[in-house]
Amino acid sequence: MSSETYAINDVKTRELEGPIASATEALGPDNGVRMRVDELSVYYGKVQAVKQVTLSIRTHKVTALIGPSGCGKSTFIRCLNRMHELTPGARVEGKVLLDEQDLYGAGVDPVDVRRRVGMVFQKPNPFPNMSVRENVIAGFRLNGVRDRKTLDEVVEKSLRGAALWDEVKDNLQKSGASLSGGQQQRLCIARALAVNPEVLLMDEPCSALDPIATAKIEELIHELKEQVTIVIVTHNMQQAARVSDFTAFFYLGELVEFGETGKLFTAPEKRQTEDYITGRFG
Amino acid sequence: MNRHFRFRKFVEWANWVGMLCCMSVSIFFLVAILGYVLVHGASYIDWEFLTAMPVPAGETGGGIANALVGSFLVVMVASLMALPIGIGAAIFINEFPSHGFGRTVRFLAEVLTGVPSIVVGLFAYALVVVPSGGFSAFSGSVAYAFIMVPIILITAQEALRLVPDSLREASLALGIPKWRTIMGVVLPVSSRALITGAVLAISRALGEAAPMLFTAFGNSFWNVNLTKPIATVPLLIYTYATGPYDDWHQKAWAASFVLLVVVLLTSVLTRAFLRGNSDE
Repeated sequence: MSSETYAINDVKTRELEGPIASATEALGPDNGVRMRVDELSVYYGKVQAVKQVTLSIRTHKVTALIGPSGCGKSTFIRCLNRMHELTPGARVEGKVLLDEQDLYGAGVDPVDVRRRVGMVFQKPNPFPNMSVRENVIAGFRLNGVRDRKTLDEVVEKSLRGAALWDEVKDNLQKSGASLSGGQQQRLCIARALAVNPEVLLMDEPCSALDPIATAKIEELIHELKEQVTIVIVTHNMQQAARVSDFTAFFYLGELVEFGETGKLFTAPEKRQTEDYITGRFG
Repeated sequence: MNRHFRFRKFVEWANWVGMLCCMSVSIFFLVAILGYVLVHGASYIDWEFLTAMPVPAGETGGGIANALVGSFLVVMVASLMALPIGIGAAIFINEFPSHGFGRTVRFLAEVLTGVPSIVVGLFAYALVVVPSGGFSAFSGSVAYAFIMVPIILITAQEALRLVPDSLREASLALGIPKWRTIMGVVLPVSSRALITGAVLAISRALGEAAPMLFTAFGNSFWNVNLTKPIATVPLLIYTYATGPYDDWHQKAWAASFVLLVVVLLTSVLTRAFLRGNSDE
């Protein structure tokens, strides 16, 4: 896809362009847009944390969300699989479309949404009461799948997918909590992959990890985008530059700039973006 | 300078001695109670005491088999009622938070733990004994359950509160429904603390005599029928200790010793079991 196409569809803030020209654009893997967020606003009580954000998330690409602390990027990513609803007092306006379906539409079950849009969190959170194997198949098992052969296949495939198989294959029965931090995070990625999500959300997945473990996860992200669409929140601009194809810069709840990562980091259109990525604030 | 330093050292020492005294007094009472019961009760314990039925007043020998079985039965039935209710209520107020309501329930539970057990007994009398037309083991279980529910509720809620939200989120983010998240992650992760709370409640009930006075009522004969009056160890201790015979007093001490051992064993074994599990 050429960069001109992106320019039409992606770089949008409400102030700039008013109603979104491409709101009727067809979704789906075929034309390369997996998710589309339309005028999304999020409130905590009366405080508005995310302000009318519109952007498209492209299939089998990595989209990075950057911005200073409190800019709404974590809140935003949690809206993409309705995890945000778990926060008391939170309220969402606008649309989040996955393929053709509005995730916030009437009759859409959040449980279903989360099966299709997986999530990896800031702190590795393997289930401490389960072994490595049980952790990986937790989504399957708790959803009622029991067949041992299927489960064994899922375990190996997911752990390979998360580049953890070689390290744990000899002892799948040991506790998930006994792994190192980086391994735990990859176990969480394997667990998320096991249910075969269409989109994988990663909320600062490396912020609790050392540089070597971080490098492994970043390498993994590169490989994973072959099979899944990835959205990643990161505090680390170098990381965004290294792993992502598209970058969205959030500031004070607004989407300031969104575009190809290479372009955004080398020739940002907005002054705020430039100030942030050159380290003048944030 | 030097004098000042010496003064500070003295203050340090005085504080240490003060706390040592407080500690000694509290330990002293525990040891004294255990020792007293041991000295008076242990010598009377033999196989017959544990396995024989009581004999008529005035005769020597006999045992407390019916009361042991009765206590076990009444507490077990009480647990069957109190555990699901207490843990279920704790799950409700902790996992489905609603503004203010959970806190109210929690406060009421705390008040309920402070209700004198004799009052609980009276309540069970009015609730079960009067409508059913007679004393029964089951009414005793109801009284015990009233004592156990608030203890279980409070300890279970503490246990659930210690489960990090990140684990609930991890589970929900996998598309696992909330009730499966609770059953598959929240409860297993907190199981140790839940069991500890349950044991605490069971131990408390095992030792209560007052609620049995007008519910289970006591029985000098063998009974395992829940609709009939039944003997329990604490009530038997009360009856024997306040009776006129020296032999009864002896038996009261011995029964106290048995009760203490049962309660201690329950909590020690539970701890050992839980520790064993954690080594995996």
